[in-house]
Amino acid sequence: MRASLKLVVVVGGLLLLEACSIQPWVKPYERDRLADPIMSWDRDAISGAYLDHVYESREGSRGATGTAGGGCGCN
Amino acid sequence: MTLVPRHLSRLAALAALSLICVAGAAVLPDDRADLFYSTYKGGGMDITGESVLVRKKFSENFAVEANYFVDKVSGASIDVLSQASVIKDERKQKSLSVDYIHDKTQYNVSYTNSTERDYISNTTHASLSQDMFGDLTTVSLGFTYSHNTVGENNGTANAPVISWLGHATSRSFEGGVSQIVTRNLIAGVTVEVITDQGLLSNPYRSIRFLDPLVPLGYSLGTQVYPNTHTSTAVETRAKYYLPYRAAASVSYRYFSDTWGIRANTIELDYTQPVSNKWIFEGRVRHYSQNAATFYSDLFPFAGSQNFEARDQNLAASTNNTFDGKVTYAFAPEGFLIFKRATASFDVTRITFKYSDFRNIKYYNDTPAGGGYQPGTEPLYAFDAMVYQFYISMFF
Amino acid sequence: MQLSTMRLFKRCAMAAIVVASTAFAASGDASGPAPAFTLTSLSGQQGALSQYKGQVVMVNFWATWCGPCQQEMPLLDQMYKKYKPAGFTLIGVNVDKDTPPVKDLLARKPVSFPVLLDPANQVSKAYHVDEMPSSVIIDRKGEIRYIHRGYRPGDENEYQDRIRQLIRE
Repeated sequence: MRASLKLVVVVGGLLLLEACSIQPWVKPYERDRLADPIMSWDRDAISGAYLDHVYESREGSRGATGTAGGGCGCN
Repeated sequence: MTLVPRHLSRLAALAALSLICVAGAAVLPDDRADLFYSTYKGGGMDITGESVLVRKKFSENFAVEANYFVDKVSGASIDVLSQASVIKDERKQKSLSVDYIHDKTQYNVSYTNSTERDYISNTTHASLSQDMFGDLTTVSLGFTYSHNTVGENNGTANAPVISWLGHATSRSFEGGVSQIVTRNLIAGVTVEVITDQGLLSNPYRSIRFLDPLVPLGYSLGTQVYPNTHTSTAVETRAKYYLPYRAAASVSYRYFSDTWGIRANTIELDYTQPVSNKWIFEGRVRHYSQNAATFYSDLFPFAGSQNFEARDQNLAASTNNTFDGKVTYAFAPEGFLIFKRATASFDVTRITFKYSDFRNIKYYNDTPAGGGYQPGTEPLYAFDAMVYQFYISMFF
Repeated sequence: MQLSTMRLFKRCAMAAIVVASTAFAASGDASGPAPAFTLTSLSGQQGALSQYKGQVVMVNFWATWCGPCQQEMPLLDQMYKKYKPAGFTLIGVNVDKDTPPVKDLLARKPVSFPVLLDPANQVSKAYHVDEMPSSVIIDRKGEIRYIHRGYRPGDENEYQDRIRQLIRE
């Protein structure tokens, strides 16, 4: 469980850092490309999950197959 | 037939989190309905998958997603040596996922149930994701709990006799950071730690050990697995927008567990839209792993180790995937009540190669009858073709 | 061992929520002279902020690729038609880098308020736009009085309250 403890500390640290406001270097009006559907991590949720399942039921490894973030950042 | 259902919770989480990326982490994605059909053919197995997904917002901050998935399996898999006849089974999976947004935080809770004749799994998942640093960074944390009931069919495909063997529980902690690096580049890292406890072996797979007293030269035995398993997976990925409107991405995942398995996965992806109606996507994936410490294709004698396994998932192997997908927006401006509708067709070819798992199903003539000496049979390898077809409607 | 990690995880998640809710950049009162600008409209005509001195002006920064921006446009249009006779104007400043998508969108969903193009993002920079969409409300004297970041259904009520207040001044 050492790994998950480290993970929790790192994520917690990042959250506290957020209090020191860093100015965004990519302005919200420059997010057009990132908002393009082709830039999303997984355009087709069922297909992505299905292929993950195909691999997971035949391989010895599992985990860490999803990421959030990107997009237009509106609101 | 036991199919490891770790993806179940992830389907809900993935659907929620991945759809976020299109609209920005603090906005719920469009309402949608998807119809999905897939076939998998490989290694003697024939599997069809059918699914329906519906997602609806009930206010600007609250959305519900429901998914129903049916897998129909038939075939004569290499590892099912005790059943000479065909396997036939059906797995039904239902999941419900709820998303709630408040300011820059998105919360997701989901429940999934998967049932087949000899395996029942219930999974609950909770996660939150937070935008920060001017919305350039997204931090997410997730927790998943699964409870599985494992059984074995001692009858036949058409006249099953199920005996329930035991339970297994799984707990997973996941954390990720996604960062917008430049106007064209987004990168992320995800870490997931999973712990399983209980009955972790596949009851249909057996070990084999040298047995000079029988004509085949080997006999089958029961697998003995440790009753705990902890694994850590770390994935880093990056996606880049090419100026002529295309996207290229690369991802690398490292996996390590307490059973001695170390695995590497590397994936490259290229997406090319053409006009407003077509998107072409190509993907290449390479996977390699070493064997678990208690794995062997052929043990010297029964009970030679405390833990013994001959499950091909734990063998040293590699697999390579080539995947091509075409998406056509047949109603980009809307149709009846739908804002947008697309149809996608995906063809995937996966080649599997094992370095220490031998093909003893198709090469099981006795050595005296012209067959191989135990331990010299050809190494197992097979190709699988996966076809997927789905329609997505956004409204 | 597992139980304590669970507890730590839960605490971290709680901390995340607390820090998150305190660090959100809120909409609110603002001050200072509104930076002057002159931009071109889709039809090629010039439009300047100074033309509207003496009126209450709302400058709304939007883009074709921004979902919430699309959501608020019809409501902004309604608001513009309602308060225009009382001395209010709404200027839509579009920040898209390319013009064709803007033309397409406005052809399909036209609005009656003036839309000016800021593809070089000079005006967005001058107004320190840090959220999409952003609405800046300027009083009759040309002073910035209120900045609204983002859009959620119901925000139009806030806009109307502020506009009515400034019209009465």
